[in-house]
This record gives sequence, structure tokens and C-alpha cells, in this order.
Amino acid sequence: MTPAEIADRVRARLPDLVVARGEVTAIVDRDELLDSLTWLRDHPALQLGFLSSLTATDGPGSDPRFWVVYELRSVALRHRLRVKVGLSDEDPHVASVTSLHPTADWYEREVFDFFGIGFEGHPDLKRILLPDDWEGFPLRKDEELGGVDTRFHGAFHPPVDTRTMA
Amino acid sequence: MRDLDAVRSEADAELREASTGEIRQETMIINMGPQHPSTHGVLRLLLELDGETVVSCEPIIGYLHTGIEKNTEYRTWVQGIAFVTRADYLAPFFNELGYCLGVERLLGIEAPQRAQILRVLFCELNRISSHLVWLATGGLELGAVSVMLYGFREREVILDIFEAATGLRMNHAYIRMGGVIMDLPEEGPAKIRHLLEQMPGRIDEFETLLDDNPIWRERNVGVGLLNAENALALGVTGPMLRAAGLPVDLRKDEPYCGYETYDFDVPVRTEGDAYARYRVRLEEMRESLKIVEQALERWERTPGPVMVEDPKVAWPAKLSVGPDGIGNDPEYLRHIMEESMESLIHHFKMVTQGVRVPAGEVYQAVESPRGELGFYIVSDGGYRPHRVKIRDPSFVNLQATPSMVEGGLVADAIAAIASIDPVMGGVDR
Repeated sequence: MTPAEIADRVRARLPDLVVARGEVTAIVDRDELLDSLTWLRDHPALQLGFLSSLTATDGPGSDPRFWVVYELRSVALRHRLRVKVGLSDEDPHVASVTSLHPTADWYEREVFDFFGIGFEGHPDLKRILLPDDWEGFPLRKDEELGGVDTRFHGAFHPPVDTRTMA
Repeated sequence: MRDLDAVRSEADAELREASTGEIRQETMIINMGPQHPSTHGVLRLLLELDGETVVSCEPIIGYLHTGIEKNTEYRTWVQGIAFVTRADYLAPFFNELGYCLGVERLLGIEAPQRAQILRVLFCELNRISSHLVWLATGGLELGAVSVMLYGFREREVILDIFEAATGLRMNHAYIRMGGVIMDLPEEGPAKIRHLLEQMPGRIDEFETLLDDNPIWRERNVGVGLLNAENALALGVTGPMLRAAGLPVDLRKDEPYCGYETYDFDVPVRTEGDAYARYRVRLEEMRESLKIVEQALERWERTPGPVMVEDPKVAWPAKLSVGPDGIGNDPEYLRHIMEESMESLIHHFKMVTQGVRVPAGEVYQAVESPRGELGFYIVSDGGYRPHRVKIRDPSFVNLQATPSMVEGGLVADAIAAIASIDPVMGGVDR
């Protein structure tokens, strides 16, 4: 199906649609996320049952601040659809989709790890790539790029790019 | 000195006590990795064992996290290529291609024909070299040391081609937005032809060594089972999914770089075990050779540039491969330093400030040796990416480990993980 045809089929159920660069993006309310994903999966003409990717973006100062992005793919029908959920700065959490797509398990842990976004109903939401005692959420825009002190021979050394010759 | 009989009766009593006592049953927790020769880099598995049987398995990752995605937000769009190429370090061309195709879609440009052919050519060579590393390391893990030596020997031939063309054996930054950085060197076609002549016989050798090898079959047949339904639910793609019976390949499903015009098959097996994955990957090497042959033939009859003409996008410098790798061509340096102030200014602006990419978002997926390699790229209209997310197939496929090894023997866990072919650089990024 072409992006326009997909958009035509989806519009009745998910009216907030953007079609650009050959891709269809549906923006849904976070309370309707699970229902929408179930509907997209079960619709016989869409069959968007494969979660290709799940990630988030951060834009401080814009409303909403966070977008959680779901890339859906139909393996049988060879088309894609993107679903986005906006989350505010004060209350960044959304329902976990692990019950629909078991593959979301690690993705959601990754988004939690890097953005501090919560996923209700996730079986084991904890950090995945960073150490368990890490503080902060590095992919948020208000976290600067920079190294961390490393412990070597009992002493802490500053990151390489901030070291000065004594 | 104690009487020998007394010692004996004491020992007997102890034995009786022990044998009449309650039999204790407990599981053992074993940490496999992160420094373990058969965990493909720094993967750690928390295994709960009941004797030799795996009761539960939790993969623990992140030991190789390097913040590639965060770093790209602080560099120009072109510099991003040098970062993403290091994610899955066994498939650098695929990382570059996925990223560049995504940015090109945001820019609304398309690389010239000759560049598209070179991209296909290098990606397929890279697929073979990546599968060779999988074969070599996977063989080593199951005790087939000679397969390790043969695998790395053949890979060396391909890396020589890469080195001649890009100056580097890995992390090439060869594919750029708008094309590729330079054309094939003079000796390139001969080297590739040599490989095309040699490689089919070498794949035959692998098959002779392994296909009916009783130990290889014993270790792989029926091991690490994953059926198509579970694979899809877990997001597994690539050879693992094709070994479970689904002919899912982005080169056919969502073609890019003109893959729809090449003649090749998608090898499929239905068993869904480690042996089926081995067969699928060997067949894929043959199919890749077919594509390389066609691409080389097209390259010879398709003249033209390998980079878009638009000076606002194209890399300004002319490069050449020197004795210490790729660098600015001396002739070009003379031109900007001695002849043309405007060229120098243009060069400086393109290198330091780079390209401005219109605001928007794209998701671009390519078929890497391990499956769907996706790039979700968001631009806010500036000179740097707003967000680059790498959907690495190793990260997702590795998630299937528990369902593949739980209930099996701990020795089979090694074979199962080898058949996933995870690359930790891609998993942790």
C-alpha cells in the first residue's frame, strides 16, 4: 500500500496523521496507545504486528517535551507506520507495550535508561546499558556531552578532554 | 595412633548419615562473561543452572556502551558517519549506508548511479566478511579451530579490497551523504575478480568440512530453537528469521540502492535451529557473490560521478589513498592553499560547519548481515542531528537468548549464542 492509502485506512480511527517523505505518522493520546496498537495489529488490511523500533526524543521547552516513537512494520504486507505519543515534562510516563510486543522489553528499558521515561506494566523496568547506580538520563538535552571521572590506582581522574598538564 | 578399624567404622557411620539424610536440591548461579572467550565480546549471561541444565538466563549488556547516539547530536551531519560506522564494527558499510540514506531522504537528494552501485558492491562484500567472522568465531567456540583459521584467512582477502578502496580495514566512513567518498582504485576490479574466482571454492571447502561433520551436526542440529512466531514477537530479523522459515529480507521487501534490479535469491530454511542458521548464512555468502559480480559488471559500464554535484552537500575535498591511509589529495591541497581563496573558504565552511538538513524525521532500514538495521533520524533544521537512533539488529536478536537456551544444556547455550551472531559494538552502541 502507498502511504496515502495507509493514511486513508487509518484516518477514521487515528485522525491525527502526518504523511511526509513516504512515511505515515499517527499521533495518539497516551491513554489510547495500547488500544491503537492493538487495532493496528489486528486490522486485516494493515497487519502492523511487528514492532521494528521504539525510541524517544527530547525537546526541552517545546510542548510536549518528549515523544515516544513506535516504528510498526507489516512483514506480510511490506509497509510501515509510525506511532508517536507526546509526554509532558512533569509526568513522563506511558503504558508499556510489552504485552502486545514482547520485543519492547529492552527498548523500553533503554528509553527509561536514557530519557527517564516510565513504562507502566513493564515486567522489569531497570537500566540496561548504563550501570545500575548511574545518576541522570544522558540522552536528555539538558545533560551535556562530557566524560565522567574514572578511578585508576585508587584516585579519580577527570575526563580526558578536561585534563590539564600539571 | 588410632586403631584402623575405629577410623573405618567412623567413616562408615558418616557415610550412612550422609546417605540417609535429605537429598538437597538447589540451583547454581553462574556468571558467564563479560570476559569469556565465547561471548562475542563483552556479553554477560547470568545463568541459573540445575546440574548441566539452564533453568533461567538473563543477558546483561552495556559493557561496551560508548554513547554514539549522544555524540552524533554534538557533531556535524558528516561527522556522524564516522560515529555510526563504529557501532556494529563488523558491518561498517551498512551503518554508513543506513545513516546516509536517511539523511539523503531528509535532504531530498539521491546519490548518482555509479555511487549506488559501489554501495551495493561494498555492502555485499561486507556481508561476506561479516559472515566469515561469524563462521570463524562460531567454529572456534565449538572447537573447530581450523574453521577459525580459514574464516579469518578469507576475510583478510576482503579487508584487503576495503583497504585499497578506503584506506581502512574497518570503520571506513566511505559512504557519504550524496554518494561515496571516492571511486574504486585502479587495482580494485582485479582484486574483486580474484575474490570472485576464489571464494566459491572456499565456501565449498567450508561445506565439505562442516555440513556432514558429525560433531558439527551434534552441536548444532536442534540447538537454540526459535520458531517464526516467537522470532517475530521478539523482533528477531535477518538470518535467524529466515532460518525459521520466513523469507523476510529488506533488500526484497523495501529495496534501496536499486536492489530490486539485481538477480539474487533469499535463502530460507524451516528448522529454526543453529544448523539452519549456519546453512542460511553460507548460502547468503553465495548470493552476495552473485550480487558483487553483477555490481562490478554494472560499475564498468556505468560512467559518471560518485558524488552529487551540489556543492552545498558534496564533500569539498578530493581524497586519495596514501601510504598511511586515506587523506587529502596533494594536488587538491595545492589548489586550495595556493590557487583559490574561494575554494579554501568553501572547504573550511563545509568541513567545520557542514550541511544544513531540513527539519523532519525519517526511519530508514537496511538489511545488515544480522537483520534490520534501522536509523531513526530527526533534524530540527540545523547543522547537527536532533536525534539519531540506531535500531541495531544485534540488540534485538540478543533478546531472544533466554527463550533459546532455557531448558537446554549449558554447553548448547554457547552454540545458541554463536548462532545469533551478536556484535556487542552494535548491541551497546
